[in-house]
Order: sequence, then C-alpha cells, then structure tokens
Amino acid sequence: MGNHAASLARPVEIRIAPGFYADTWRRLRRSPGAMVGLAIVGLFGTLAVLAPLVAPANPITQDLNARLLPPSWGHWLGTDDLGRDLLSRIIYGGRTSLTVGVVSISLALVVGALLGLLAGFYRGWADSVTMRTMDIMLAFPATLLAIFIVGIRGPSLNNAMLAIGVINIPIFARIVRGSVLRVRQEDFVEGARALGASQIRILGRHVLPNALAPIIVQATLGIGSAVLEAAGLSFLGLGAQAPTPEWGTMLTNTREFLRDAPWAATFPGIAILLTVVGFNLLGDGLRDALDPRLRQ
Amino acid sequence: MARYVGRRLLELVPVAFGVLLVVFIISHLTPADPVLVILGEHASPATVERLRAELRLNDPLPVQFVRYVGGVLHGDLGRSIKQNERVTVQLATRFPATFELTIAAMLIASAVGILTGVVAAARQNSWFDAVSMFAALVGFSMPIFWLGIMLILLFAWYLGWVPISGRLDYTIELTRLTNFYLLDALLTRNWAALGNAARHLILPAVTLSTVPLAIIARMTRSSLLEVLRQDYVRTARAKGLAERIVVMRHALKNAFIPVVTVIGLNVGSLLGGAILTETIFAWPGMGRLVVDAIFARDYPVVQGTVLVIALLFVVVNLLVDLSYAYLDPRIRYG
Amino acid sequence: MNLNQRVARLAWPVIIVVVSFMLAPTASVGAPMSSSWDAKACGRVGGTLVFAQGDDPDGLDPHEVTDGFSVNNVSNVFDTLVRFTADSTQVEPSLAESWTVSADNLVWTFKLRKGVKFHDGTPFNAEAVKFNFERQTVEKHPYHPRAVGYADFTFQNVKSVDVVDEYTVRWNLSAPYAPFITNQAMFATGIVSPTAVKQYGQDFFKHPVGTGPFKFVEWIQKDHVTYEANRDYFAGRPCVDRLIIRTIPDNTVRLLEMERGTVHIIIGVNPPDYDRIRRNAELVLFTGAGLNTGYVSMNTEVAPFSDRRVRQAINYAIDRSSLVNAFYGGVGIPAKNPLPPTIWGYADKVQAYEYSVDKAKKLLAEAGFANGLTTELWWPNRARPYLTQPQKIAEALQAQLGLAGIQAKLVTYDWGTYLSKLRNGEDPMAIIGWIGDNGDPDNFLYALLDKDNAVRGKAQNYAFYKSDAVHRLLIQAQRVGDQATRAQLYEQAQEIIHRDAPWAPLVHASRVSAYRKDAQNYLYHPLEITWLHRVWLSK
Repeated sequence: MGNHAASLARPVEIRIAPGFYADTWRRLRRSPGAMVGLAIVGLFGTLAVLAPLVAPANPITQDLNARLLPPSWGHWLGTDDLGRDLLSRIIYGGRTSLTVGVVSISLALVVGALLGLLAGFYRGWADSVTMRTMDIMLAFPATLLAIFIVGIRGPSLNNAMLAIGVINIPIFARIVRGSVLRVRQEDFVEGARALGASQIRILGRHVLPNALAPIIVQATLGIGSAVLEAAGLSFLGLGAQAPTPEWGTMLTNTREFLRDAPWAATFPGIAILLTVVGFNLLGDGLRDALDPRLRQ
Repeated sequence: MARYVGRRLLELVPVAFGVLLVVFIISHLTPADPVLVILGEHASPATVERLRAELRLNDPLPVQFVRYVGGVLHGDLGRSIKQNERVTVQLATRFPATFELTIAAMLIASAVGILTGVVAAARQNSWFDAVSMFAALVGFSMPIFWLGIMLILLFAWYLGWVPISGRLDYTIELTRLTNFYLLDALLTRNWAALGNAARHLILPAVTLSTVPLAIIARMTRSSLLEVLRQDYVRTARAKGLAERIVVMRHALKNAFIPVVTVIGLNVGSLLGGAILTETIFAWPGMGRLVVDAIFARDYPVVQGTVLVIALLFVVVNLLVDLSYAYLDPRIRYG
Repeated sequence: MNLNQRVARLAWPVIIVVVSFMLAPTASVGAPMSSSWDAKACGRVGGTLVFAQGDDPDGLDPHEVTDGFSVNNVSNVFDTLVRFTADSTQVEPSLAESWTVSADNLVWTFKLRKGVKFHDGTPFNAEAVKFNFERQTVEKHPYHPRAVGYADFTFQNVKSVDVVDEYTVRWNLSAPYAPFITNQAMFATGIVSPTAVKQYGQDFFKHPVGTGPFKFVEWIQKDHVTYEANRDYFAGRPCVDRLIIRTIPDNTVRLLEMERGTVHIIIGVNPPDYDRIRRNAELVLFTGAGLNTGYVSMNTEVAPFSDRRVRQAINYAIDRSSLVNAFYGGVGIPAKNPLPPTIWGYADKVQAYEYSVDKAKKLLAEAGFANGLTTELWWPNRARPYLTQPQKIAEALQAQLGLAGIQAKLVTYDWGTYLSKLRNGEDPMAIIGWIGDNGDPDNFLYALLDKDNAVRGKAQNYAFYKSDAVHRLLIQAQRVGDQATRAQLYEQAQEIIHRDAPWAPLVHASRVSAYRKDAQNYLYHPLEITWLHRVWLSK
C-alpha cells in the first residue's frame, strides 16, 4: 500500500497532434508488456462483467460439509472455509475489487482534475490554497489516512472507496495542474485567448484534452494500487463487508488456513497480484506509447 | 543555503497546523465516545459524565482545539485517554522502533534497488533486465501482509534462520537509551544485543522494503537509460572511455535525482506499510500505536502520532531537495 | 478479550444469601471438583516461563483496567482478600485467613494473614485494605485513579470499612448482598501497596506493586512485560524464576512461536489450528467447558420480532451443530438455554428447538410471512471467546436464515459503537454474548433477561424482553437462601424464556488455550484468567 502509483509514474510530456490516439494505439500494440497487461485487465474485466454467466456456482452459497476442499473437477480452485466455490468467489470478487479500483480512482480523478485545472488555470491565491492543501494531504501516509477515514466512519465498502479516492486526489491534482501550466503557455491557447474565447471554452476545448494523456496513464496505474489499498484495509477489518466477495477480504479471512489449505489463501493472492501487474504493464505501455520522445 | 533551509522549515508551520486541524475535525465527527471505551459497561452514567468532564471533552470543539494547539506550542501533546500517559512518552518509545525499521527497509531498498536498476540499464534488454524488472513488478504488486507471513513461514519457522517476531529476545539485557536498539547496543558495546536486534530486524525490514525496492529499481533503470541518451554521455563515449566509467562517473550521479525524489516520497508509504508489517511481526512501533488509538478514539494519541509522521515526511523531503544540489551542481538554493 | 461484559449490572435492593456457602471459610461446599491452589506443587523450581497473548495490557493497576489482557497481568502481581480456587469459581482464603458474617448479613469481618509484605517491603495490614477501598470509592481521595470501572459493582452496597485492629477489618453493608464475598476474589479488588501508590501517583499503572507471586520488573510496551518470582510469597514462591508476558497480535504467528519453542503458553488459537496442535507431540491443546453463552438477540419491541412465532422460527432455522463444528473446532456446546450447563440451575429438561427449515417456514407463514421477510442481522467486528470468528459466523447464520426465507442484511460496527447501539435498541437482531464471572445464574438471567435491565440507553437486556412472570421468579430467587429452591426457580424461568424465545441461543464456547508439554501444572481457569505461579518447567 502507499503512494505506489504516484511514485511509479514518471512525469509525462505529451503533445496532442492529429491522429495522435491512432498512433498511440499502434505503438501500444507493438509493446508485448502492454499487450499482456491489456489481456490480463481485459480478462478480469470481462469475467467481472459477465460474472453471473461464467461463474460455475453461486459465490455466497455455503456448504459446511464441503469446507476447504482442494482443487478438483467439481471445484476448480477448491472451496473456502464456508464451503463456497473459490473460483466463483474470485470471479465475483473481481467485480468488487475492480469496482473499488474504478470508483475510487474516478472519484480522485474528477475531484483532483477539477482542483488541478482551477489551480493551474487561475493561478494566484486559488492555486496557493489548493496546492498547499494537497501538500498537507500528501504529508499524511496514504495508508494511515485511509485507515483513519474508514476507522472513524465505520467499515464498509463505500467508506473504503471514499478513503482510497481521497488519498489519490492530490496525485491527480498535481498532474493536471502541471499539464495546465505547460499547455496554457502554448501558442494555440494564447491564440484562442486572443480570438476572445471564454475561459470555460479554453479550459474545455484546449487545456483539458491536452492533459488527458497523463491522466489516463495515472488512472491505469492508480486502479492497480487501489486494489492493493483495498486489500490492506481488509486486512485490518476495514474493507468490504460480509458476505460480499472481495479479494482482500478473501485473502485475509483464509490466511489462517495457509498451512492446511494453502489454495484458499493463495488463489485470491494471485488474483490480486495478477491484476495489479496487469494494470502496471498496461500503464507502463501507455506511458511509453504516449511519450513523444520515443517517436523518432 | 541557510536561508533556504530556514524558509522551508518555516513552511512546516502551516502544514503542521493544517494537519492538526484536519485530524481534529475528522476525529470529532464520530459519535463514539472514548470514555465509554475505557470505562467499560458497568460504570454508572454518573461516573461516565464525571470522567468526560475531567477530560474536558464537554467543552466546545473550537475551545478544545485552541487548548490543544496551545499545548503543542509548549511541546505538550497531552495525555493518552486510554493509558493516562503522556503522548510524548509513548512516542519516544514507539517512534524509534518504527524509524529503525523504516531506515533498515529503506537501506535495503536503496542498495538492492539501485544496484539492480544500474545493472539492468547497463545491460538493457538482457535476460537480467527482463527478469529483474518483472520481479520488481511482482514485488510491487504483492499484498505486503501476505508476503510477511510467507517469509516468516519459510525463513523463521521452517529454516529457523531468524526469529519469528518481536524486536529483541527477552533473554537479552539492553540498556535502552534512545530506544533505537541497534544504536543502544552500539553505545553500550552490547554485542549480544546488537546481533540479536539485527536478526530480529531482517524479516520485517525485507518485507517492508519490497515495494520501495521495486520502485527504486525501475526508476533507477529508466532514469539511467534517459541520461545515457544525452549528449554529454555520448561525448564521453566518443572520447573512447570504457562503458563502465561512463556509467559510473558521468551518468549515475545525474540519474540519481529522480531516484532520490522517489526515496523521499516513499517514506510516507513506508510508514503506512509499517502498520501492516508491525502487526504481523509483533513489532512495537508507532503504526500499531496509531491504529489502536483510532479504534479506541484516543484523540490525543492519534493527533500526536499523525503530527509527528507528517512533520517527518516534510523534513525528509526537505533533505531530498537539499541533496539535489549535491547531485547536480547546476542546482543552487539561495 | 474484554471484560466489559463479564459483570452484570446488578441494580437491586436486597439479596438473601446462600448461608452454607458463606459460613464455610474454605467454601468448598457444593463444589467437589474444586481444588485449592495450595494442592499444586512445583515439580521443579527455576527457569523462565513465557506466556503470549494478542494485545498489550492497557495498564497494570487492577483498580483501573477492564480488558482481559490486563487482567492476565495484574492477576499474577496482586492478591485479593479471597481467591478463586485453581479450577472453579468457588473461593478460598488468600490475604484473609478467615471471615465471618453477622446474623443480619450486613457486617462482614475478615481476619487478615499476618507477616505478608508488599513487593516494596512495606507490610500488608488492615490500614492497607481500608486505603484500597477508599482509593477506589472516594472520589475526592488524593490517589483516586482517573477511571474506575469496577468499584460500583464490586463494592455494591458497601457503606464503609473499619479497621478493628492491625489484622482485622470490618465491612459494613447497607443491604445484604450475596456476591460480596465472591467479588472480593475478583481482580478488580486486588490489594495495591499504599506506599507505592503514593510514590508513583499517576504512574502507578506502570509501576505495579502488590503482594502477589510475581514482582514487576519492566514493561516494554506492545512487546512484553517481565516479572520475577516473589520468593517471599506467602503461599510459597512461584515455580519459575521469571515470567514473561509477550504481546503477539497475529494468532498464526503466536502459534508459530510456540511451535519453535520460544513461547510456552498461548491464548487465542484459530480453530483451524486445533488439529495441528493435537497432532504435535510437543504441544497440548487445552479445552474446558466455558462459562459463556453466544446468542442472537431479537428486539422484541419492533416488528417482526415482536411476534413470538417469528422469534421461534429463527430458532428453528439455525443449525447449531454445524456452527460448532465449523467455527469452534468442534469443542463448543450447542446452546438451548441462556445459562451455560456449567452453572447450577441449568434447565436441562428444556427441549431444544431442533434444526428444521420446514417448521421455521410454517411458523413464518402463520405470522403472515409466507413469502419470507427482510431484516438485518448485526454482528460485532471483534472476536470474543463466545464468538471466535464473528464475520464467518455471521455469514453462516445469514445463509441459514436465507434457507428459511429470512433475508438478513449483515451490519457491523466497531465494538464500542456496537454495544452502545445495542443498549439503545437500535438493532432488529444482533449477535452478542456473555461471559459469567461469579458462577451465579442471577449473573446471566437477571442481568440479561429481566425487565429491570431493559431500560433504553443502558440496557443489558438487548432483546428488551419484559416478562412479568420471569421477573417474579428472578426476584424471588434473589431473596431465598436455599440453592436447591433457587435452582428450581431459575429452571422455571428458563422454560418461560424458552417458550417466548427472545433469544436464539447459539453456543457455549469452550475455553481454549495451548501450551508446550514442558509447562507442567498449567490450567486455564474457568473465568478465562491465567494464573501462572504454580506452573513449572520440566526442562
């Protein structure tokens, strides 16, 4: 846990040109890492969306006579300590975990981007106040802040998403502000302003699209980290609440069987690992594909 | 230089104030009552009310906040509600435990991470590059509490190379001067304690180091690759210098700037990871202190701990900024 | 473990006591199983004993602490006037050699043991007893601790204490109160050194000085507490030279330490590990009948649980044996009564609601819920002795209720918030439990199911069950002296309670601990307190 994504992300400098996204996609396809990442993310994403169709069993149906069964034809990944089919729980658990990732990062993105846009575009005191606030938030260890928010508000999935969202706000605010500061000096923005375009229009038509690339990269990496953050909160009993399957909770609740039924704790762990690796490979690939310096 | 440091240290004041305000507000948003938590079920309502009054929890929140900040200005962080002990005393024993663990983890992460990154960059696209970078990715993606238990099972329980948990065997006598055990052992020339404390430190430090190690390795590699593409490196190569000398003498120092930045930024996430690591390894540090305090609504302890962590984070990043001047002579602080 | 729930709120006027019980100084009446601490000899003297538990003590001042982790510490440092025997809730002499009670049951006179010294060398005497009582109960006392959780209960009805002579104290009660003598064995009445209290003031909680078998050496917070043997202990020195009480938060890690031989005794074992311990030739799994009940409380004041048929349906819908097997490692007892069978007065003739989804559905249909009903099931987010794995038990109950057509949403809060919400009756249906402390049925039935204790805001009767018939029986049982008569009254009360079904009793969990074979003479006390002075190490 922690400011993973923030630390992994190198600063990105991008200039949008016509055909840019098509080019990016072409470059992305040439990167094997990115394709592997995309495949993993795509696989888990598809499984999550189609969970009711693909899961072999109901993820919360218990059978106390079939506890901790090892992997077999009946239960491909075995069962957990309540006799629930692990494969089905991992498929449904992906729904929860990915939802946590997507919702919390969306929250951080929207709020962070808004703050960053305003700070970068208007400068002055709005900038100072916003960015000092962001500094204060960054001064908190992210995990502690998340524990603090959920601990005080009570354990629930919504509060976990809120907490993870909040700790990611400053990262997006900084990225967007940086992009805005760079873009607003550009000729075409100066030109638009000279032509009398309104502030809103300039923000919406020119500044925002140009800040989009680094946001995409950061969001991709951030979702992976959010999945890990949620797992850490679950370890402390502050994550998704029973009986909702969620990878972190599954891992935490089965870790006491690590020596007797290793599969029960290992498969959720691998699911987390694969997903985070997938998002990082994809994020890295996107960054390289979007990086103009490699365009030679 | 001195003026720059002075100005940066002054900036600590608003940050500290902001942190305190935020923590104070969030803490008191909760309906739960620390007095109920400590008195238990069978205390009469009168007893509960008396203790609330004694702790002055009935005063309006702004009054409580002003009183608290006033205390902080005099170096008084108040007393723990749960244990009736000075928060400063609790921090003095717990903080060194966490800090020792964090420093050890950071040393491991930096040493191994930088070395791996340099080798990977120097041999770009080799099998070492591929394997080490994939390993870094896996290390980064691993839930830390899972890794911790796996390491205990393998190295402490099965192989018996290191102790399972704790900070020092109870059989070892140690005069605790600073509560940094390694330092205390050195100061008192207590070699038995030094060895024992070091052995206890290994597993939790390795566990805690995985995430920053992964980040540092990747950052070193990419940063070094970038520098190697630059003109002055090409010039050095053109002059016929050996590749090793080019990398070591010319490129590395410059490549370190983003690496050092990352190390600084990760102190925060390390302290966060320490919460989970301390729970698994029964490490008597600040992470457990603050989590317990959050659950017990022990406001003074929560506020004191968060304040110290936040200040530490800011100071570390100041040191990082100062190190830039050393790493890149073009950067000057006036 | 937290003792918050150990002690009932006993807000009553009068009790007539069990006379035979009080008059016997050794108090072995009615307890053939009870064995005195003095009967336990050391096979070998020396060595360092290591005991590990899940959390640090909150403090080491017996007058202040309320949590079980602290109790395991202070119980080894401080003595009480009388003490529980090694394996029962009967009491035997300790700092008091003998006691008598006046005919009107209002004056208790204790003869104190002579020649006992506190660890700081100062003498134990009647003045010390008086100081201890006043420290806890007199608010203006200069050494009154900041938070005294237990005195209201342990010294209930006590007006004053007189020093008759150096070794005689006299307690004056305002009304007869049977549990008085048992309460003088509870950790909270531990006798602290007045001199040390004056010396350390507010810091006494980390400088405990008593008369007990172990002397405090140092406390490295969140790590361990070190004690050394009190070689002058009046009941004979403890078998080991040193005692270490370690804090290891993770259950798995704690067991790993014991398997490696670095810890001798642990409490807090994951049920899945029971078999692993049994298979290990070096380890012993200790299990003993518990003094607790885990149950589902249904709020009888709100629909649909105001309907008795719905409450009975819930009782039929629960498969208790599978819960015991799955979550208690098979070592608990499925519950049919609020009282555990370890307590006299247990109504064994009550016929349990058997597991029958059909009967549950039929009753629900009669109550107008033929298509099922939707409600909430609350569960506490903290493991308790009677609730080893709260989340999983909640999930299993939810699934079982679902089979009977009851869709229950799971709701949880942290422990403190949970209790205060239950006391306010904010829950429709909640998983909760109780650990007894003095082995009296009153401690369960009156405390948890009498209408006197169903006052919103401070209720222990979380079901808000208000039966006049039960109330009459329970009050009568408080006033008669004869235990056999009392037992009959309690059995009648349990039958009514069974029919009205304000609870779905779940399980009486066993007390579980584990230790290495070389730790001899170890016994996990029925009160789930760990006394360690008679444990000796065979190597």
